[in-house]
Amino acid sequence: MSGRELVLIIGMTAVTFLVRYAFFALGDRLAFPPLAHRTLRYVPVAVLTAIIVPMVLLPDGTHWQLTWHNAWLLGALVTGLIAWRFNHLLASITGGMLVFFLYRWIVG
Amino acid sequence: MPHSSHPRRHSEFWIGARDSLPMLLGAAPFGIIFGTLAAPSGLSATGALAMSLFVFAGSSQFIALNLLAGGAGLPVILLTTFVVNLRHALYSATLLPHVAGLRQRWRIPLAFWLTDETFAVVQLRYAAPDLSPHKHWYYLGSALAMYGNWFLCTLVGVLLGRSIPRLEHLGLEFAMAATFTGIVVPFLKSMPMLGAALAAAAVALAARGLPYKLGLLLAALAGVVIGVVLEELREAP
Repeated sequence: MSGRELVLIIGMTAVTFLVRYAFFALGDRLAFPPLAHRTLRYVPVAVLTAIIVPMVLLPDGTHWQLTWHNAWLLGALVTGLIAWRFNHLLASITGGMLVFFLYRWIVG
Repeated sequence: MPHSSHPRRHSEFWIGARDSLPMLLGAAPFGIIFGTLAAPSGLSATGALAMSLFVFAGSSQFIALNLLAGGAGLPVILLTTFVVNLRHALYSATLLPHVAGLRQRWRIPLAFWLTDETFAVVQLRYAAPDLSPHKHWYYLGSALAMYGNWFLCTLVGVLLGRSIPRLEHLGLEFAMAATFTGIVVPFLKSMPMLGAALAAAAVALAARGLPYKLGLLLAALAGVVIGVVLEELREAP
């Protein structure tokens, strides 16, 4: 590992840790107003949806693929349907991945 | 035995690890692909393993590889790492009320191990109605499972990268999309949550061309604002 890599990794470690730790460090000296609590309840859904939707609709990152030939879209729809109906995370992931890989294998 | 009805520490720990199993599955391909792509991007095997061990942040590790391969300078990579990881500050702010009673020797490692996946699992545990005093052991179980998995997968990727060409074209990344879809969909049964998701999706698509994953932050902001506004409207008399 070169000196430049060492500096890079130390820098990234410091930046990442400080972002994650800032609020934990303040701890009990920081009181959260109810509006902040409410706001933060929407964070997971907003962030995860923002990651998923472009991945699924533009699998190559540049071209829209709103067709049944899009294995990503098909797999995500199946995952979503199972999650909606049965509320079982592992089953929904397994079902979606099965459809995704089968479809890619059949269609090639 | 004041807490006899609550799970004990070690059972919280193992349940936390078990509940993270789908996330391990989802993260595994990324760890492997990260390890595989390190050498072609100009990061040594030791560098790749050290990054997974000390930085432990998948998306910024990938972006760092991308920038390294493109010849970017150190300040650019560090600034990008900061921006991409900002969402973790939102997570820790969300979890703060639950860890505020813990000592720093707990808070420091729990902060270090805070990831998208562990946050997703742990916030569900904290939201559960039981008043178990050991929920931080659940957090620790999820965190250590993710950490061990990420390091091992990076190692596998580094080794595979030397033997299998074109591994990154198998479509293994779909596991991540499936994991996140499976987490999000059950939330969408209330109007504000659905609105938050639709707003986040629309902005993410519209702003996907912005550099440094800024589109992701904008989309998250839009989703949260729409969610809160819809909730206010619904509760207005």
